[in-house]
Amino acid sequence: MTKSGDSQSSFKLPKLTYRVWKVWRRNFDVFTKTIRVNFLPPVLEPILYLVALGLGLGTFVTSIEGLSYIQFIAPALVAIAIMYGSFFECTYSSFVRMYFQKTFDAIIATPVSVEEVIAGELVWGATRATINAVIVLAVVAAFGLVSSPLFILTPLLAFFGGLMFGAIGMCFTALAQNIDFFNYPSFLLITPMFLLSGTFFPLSSLPSPVQTAALAVLPLTHVANLTRGLVLGKIDTFLNLSTEATLLLSIVWISVVTVVFFILSINLMKKKLIK
Amino acid sequence: MVSSEVLIKAHDLTKKFGNLTAVDHIDFEVHKGECVGFLGPNGAGKTTTVRMIYCFLPLTEGELSVAGMGVAEKSREIKSMVGVAPQEDNLDPDFTVIKNLLVYARYFDIPKAEASKRAKAQLKFFQLQEKQDVLISELSAGMKRRLILARALINEPQILLLDEPTTGLDPQARHLVWDEVRALRRRGVTIILTTHYMDEAAALCDMVLIMDNGKIIEQGQPAELVKKHVGEDVLEVDNDEKLVQTLKAEFPDARFETFGDRVHVFTTQPHGVFERFVEKYPFKSVTIRNANLEDVFLKLTGRKLRE
Repeated sequence: MTKSGDSQSSFKLPKLTYRVWKVWRRNFDVFTKTIRVNFLPPVLEPILYLVALGLGLGTFVTSIEGLSYIQFIAPALVAIAIMYGSFFECTYSSFVRMYFQKTFDAIIATPVSVEEVIAGELVWGATRATINAVIVLAVVAAFGLVSSPLFILTPLLAFFGGLMFGAIGMCFTALAQNIDFFNYPSFLLITPMFLLSGTFFPLSSLPSPVQTAALAVLPLTHVANLTRGLVLGKIDTFLNLSTEATLLLSIVWISVVTVVFFILSINLMKKKLIK
Repeated sequence: MVSSEVLIKAHDLTKKFGNLTAVDHIDFEVHKGECVGFLGPNGAGKTTTVRMIYCFLPLTEGELSVAGMGVAEKSREIKSMVGVAPQEDNLDPDFTVIKNLLVYARYFDIPKAEASKRAKAQLKFFQLQEKQDVLISELSAGMKRRLILARALINEPQILLLDEPTTGLDPQARHLVWDEVRALRRRGVTIILTTHYMDEAAALCDMVLIMDNGKIIEQGQPAELVKKHVGEDVLEVDNDEKLVQTLKAEFPDARFETFGDRVHVFTTQPHGVFERFVEKYPFKSVTIRNANLEDVFLKLTGRKLRE
């Protein structure tokens, strides 16, 4: 195949029907079966961070733009839950279903198409992200750290942010030859993002080239900043941009990257599964 | 039962994986109601052919139609009328036995009540009722095969594709599967199966296609192929030089094949010639048996191991 043919097929618009929902439903059924254990990490993790970093470390940190340290990190924990929820669902979990369980092969023998299987996995990943984000948000609220009525929009952000992280993860799944491969994106992409996306300290305190780079390539910077906006009613601004411009930049950035990676991951997975 | 209506038609069908030609310009037809067996050594292209029929693999070249519909254009329509029992276990380990069938039925848009009815009926037939609430990991290999077959029937398919349906089964389970295949055939279901077991092909198939290196090297009714290629009887003796010399003198037209310390003698002469010989020369360790499809298979594909 020629190079142009390759890039064309990588960005071909997938044909999707209501059957995406059936794949989603399969994963949802498994999730509800093991519901208690699924709720444990998103409940415990934010409590640990809020206590250790917020209350512990936070006593040594002066206020950040008028916020206490625990207030500053609380929305970031919601953003991190979005990232982890869908990224790990669409890498490790999808890989297990595809490679070890051959679940995708079984579904593709029915009227459900391979594109719909992957789309169902992505929408499920976004759903996991939303569920986790809502749980973390509840924990954050229990600590009294929600101060804007906009918080009600968090599930919406979680879903689309989750779709983005899931689609990025699914591209790695398409490239993975074995499950250990996911160590690369986990340590080279997810962990740096976890620490450097304006999560535990404001991005605006870094030199502007670093801010530019973070905004350009780290999806979590946008999700974390928007989550902060929804939970606290105020966002961080970067590079002399106004609040409105920063908001617009983040929304457009997430939308574009979600659409591109959604389409790309489906095509890459199709190439991997259908020889 | 077999009608003249062609249900599956392949013309010049070819599948390449990179430099490997798995299926090499083959032509075949399957009629409605027929049970067709694809035989061949490992790597012959049987599974690849089956996977193209259920639209899992795209064709590299040629044409393939199912019920008059091209596999590339009408994959959804074809998949909804086909039941697939794949070679490998791809049951859903996250679910119980019955839930496997119910979730699978959902992919076919089968309403919940109907799916539940069908799932129970299938479990009953395959004697898996008692296992309906256990997880897949607790099933034996034979039970898993039976559940895969039950799953393949959940959409009441017109065409059933069975890729090595009885590999690894004990004789009881094997006969249960054979009974089901025969029952489905009586109901008019068209069946395609791949197998390594020649007795299975002879017992079930109206027609067999023998594949080797991606090509169909012979096809026909099992009994006819046996008659054509290996005659009616086979004489087996120990590999003793004197004995073989005597046999060669007695049967100058016969084909001799040495297999370890045994020699198989094939003749085109009618039934009974070997009995007369054995009466004349009562050697020890002589066996006369009916020629079978395995003799045909080994003659056509050779005895060399493929993997």
